[in-house]
Amino acid sequence: MERGLRLENVRLSLAGRELLSVDASVSPGEVLTIMGPSGSGKSTLLAFAAGFLEPAFSAAGRIILDGMDVTHLPPERRRIGLLFQDPMLFPHLSVAGNLLFGVPPGVPDRRARAAAALEQAGLEGFGTRDPATLSGGQKARVALMRLLLSEPSAVLLDEPFSKLDATLKGDVRSYVFDRLRERKLPGLLVTHDEADAAAAGGPIIRI
Amino acid sequence: MPPRPISKYDPTQIIPAIAFTVLAGPVIIGLVFVLLPAFGYLPALGGYDISLDPWRQLFAVPGLWRSANVSLAAGLVTGAASLLIAGLFLAGFHGTRTFNAMRRLVSPLLAIPHAAAALGLAFLIAPSGLIFRGLWHLTTGSDRPPDLLIVHDTWGLAMIAGLVVKEVPFLLLMALAALPQIDAPARMAVARTMGYAPVTAWAKAVAPALYPLIRLPLLAVIAYSSSVVDVAVILGPTNPPPLSVAVLRWQSDPDLSARFMASAGALLQLTVTVLALALWLGAERLVARLARVWMESGTRQTQDRWLAGLGGFGMGLVALSAMLSFVCLATWSLAISWRFPALWPETLTLANWTHALPAISGPLWATLAIGTLSTLVSFTIALAALEHELSTGRPAGVWAMRLLYLPLVVPPVAFLFGLVIAAEATGLTPGLLPVAIGHITFVLPYVYLSLSEPYRQLDPRWGRLAMTLGASPLRTFLSVRLPLLLAPCLTALAVGFSVSVGQYLATGLLGAGRVETLTTEAVALASGGERRVIGVWALTLTLLPAIGFALAIGIPRLVWHNRRSMLDRR
Repeated sequence: MERGLRLENVRLSLAGRELLSVDASVSPGEVLTIMGPSGSGKSTLLAFAAGFLEPAFSAAGRIILDGMDVTHLPPERRRIGLLFQDPMLFPHLSVAGNLLFGVPPGVPDRRARAAAALEQAGLEGFGTRDPATLSGGQKARVALMRLLLSEPSAVLLDEPFSKLDATLKGDVRSYVFDRLRERKLPGLLVTHDEADAAAAGGPIIRI
Repeated sequence: MPPRPISKYDPTQIIPAIAFTVLAGPVIIGLVFVLLPAFGYLPALGGYDISLDPWRQLFAVPGLWRSANVSLAAGLVTGAASLLIAGLFLAGFHGTRTFNAMRRLVSPLLAIPHAAAALGLAFLIAPSGLIFRGLWHLTTGSDRPPDLLIVHDTWGLAMIAGLVVKEVPFLLLMALAALPQIDAPARMAVARTMGYAPVTAWAKAVAPALYPLIRLPLLAVIAYSSSVVDVAVILGPTNPPPLSVAVLRWQSDPDLSARFMASAGALLQLTVTVLALALWLGAERLVARLARVWMESGTRQTQDRWLAGLGGFGMGLVALSAMLSFVCLATWSLAISWRFPALWPETLTLANWTHALPAISGPLWATLAIGTLSTLVSFTIALAALEHELSTGRPAGVWAMRLLYLPLVVPPVAFLFGLVIAAEATGLTPGLLPVAIGHITFVLPYVYLSLSEPYRQLDPRWGRLAMTLGASPLRTFLSVRLPLLLAPCLTALAVGFSVSVGQYLATGLLGAGRVETLTTEAVALASGGERRVIGVWALTLTLLPAIGFALAIGIPRLVWHNRRSMLDRR
């Protein structure tokens, strides 16, 4: 079985007009960067890979994850995680509640895992906090930990650093890419920031 | 790692069918079962032949045309006056501090049942009411109230006033809900920078886009006002009464043979309401044509100050009379005796309340039970419908909205009677449950309307995020969307409950007069004229929905006291 994420002859179009076509493979621990101006369809590509393609768009090709065709699976079954532009911490849950939301049910020691993830993010003791009281960098780290706790097999990154302060950006960026490499997860990053692409260190596709 | 285990199939697919059954079913069945007896066919009562006798009987009723005219006029005048006041106020004051203050003042009026508002207004404007007590101090007259027919006036003006007080806040809030869709600030900026004065700019650049968005609620106001029963009983003319009241009287006639004529009357009421709507739509075209000439004329000013003043005056009058009505009800409920022309009763007591309490508790529990059941069922259907829209990616279309407004536009006095006849034919016995089921038809549209905007505004990324984290659609709904929407959900529940509490006709007809709620009893008391008792009942009727809204505001604050961004959402 071939490990990793493969975008096989993916072609996306809107109202008969082709937006982009990609044929690429991302191996475990590698991050493929897709660069392009806004409106080029790079976010649509992520939506297709995650399973949220809007009905207005049409798509051809397959998404293969660890040798398995997931193109027609619902998003919650694909094991493809997504990091958004905003940390998107659930405002109605505590920090620990957000992490526990990610841990699949039936996993032993769910709470211990969440606590360990918190410690790993340098946020020991923050579990009962209201996410609204966290700083931008702390929120980003919690969001990543929540994603990793959900045990994805691949990760999509939708310009996840674009809204961070310049001072924070470098730290968060290397933190995220280090974790992905450490877990040997294939990553697909869309961005229009060259520095993101450089930090990702993987192949770059320009559209 | 292998894909996660499969999640259950979407159970909301049957929702469009359920919504259609609940909203259109009663209207269609009800209309069929008044249509047949109206032409003499009702085998259960020995009517086997098609005949025009019911109509001959109906047209022989003295004063019938006057009744029909009052109903027609009430619909059109209430619609026009409410639109004018709400529209001019919006045009003259939108974005000002006065506007926000006034909006906070009139919003709670929505929660007050029509019957309670009408009873309060009757206390305020009657010759022996608060206004004339005040006037008496200024003009030295006798110590007896003037001999004027103000409440129950033959023109139906008091009734129209009672309706306007309730419908102005309704239209104002519907307009405010629609405004974000049309980018009013940009439209105003374009017109103002070209030298248009504020009200003219609003009328020429904002109103034409806003009007289509509030047309359905406005048509509902016209239909409602042309066929209202409770407000008409309390404030309307008596001899002859508005058509709806006359029809209800025939429908409640213990002589079962009167049902043929009552059915014909129900159809006449439907005709009057349809005529009112048709006249409105015709006038709409005419106004649109004239307005186009005016809009292209380039005039920058149209008595702007005067029009804004009129809007402010109208809105102020609505707010003031509602507040004073409430004061009247409260004072009477605490008065032992309150002689004319004193502005205040000699002594206040809780005796009225303690005396009335045993009689109130039965109807209070019935109101609570019916309201809770019908609201919960409506809420479930509305939520499922919105989830269905979300999962299919298709928002409710034009036809869904028309379906939603169907029970609000077809006069209940026309189709509910048919439902009663149909229920009798199938041997269903009237009671709490049929009443609660009947209420759903009227509660569901409001619950859905109040919930749909917050639902659509919720960032879709929350749901996507939950699903990429492996949450099933059900879990995404229960532990993400529902908590994020807790506050609007509670508001929708409070809205639904207040609609159910205020139902008069559905309760009276489907309960065959045997189900007593706060509204039916308060309306029944109105004719008795015992003001202290009316005060107690009307106030209870007002407080019950108010408690619902207080909970809807209070519970999220309590639950989210430690979640800052959940509190900021409101």
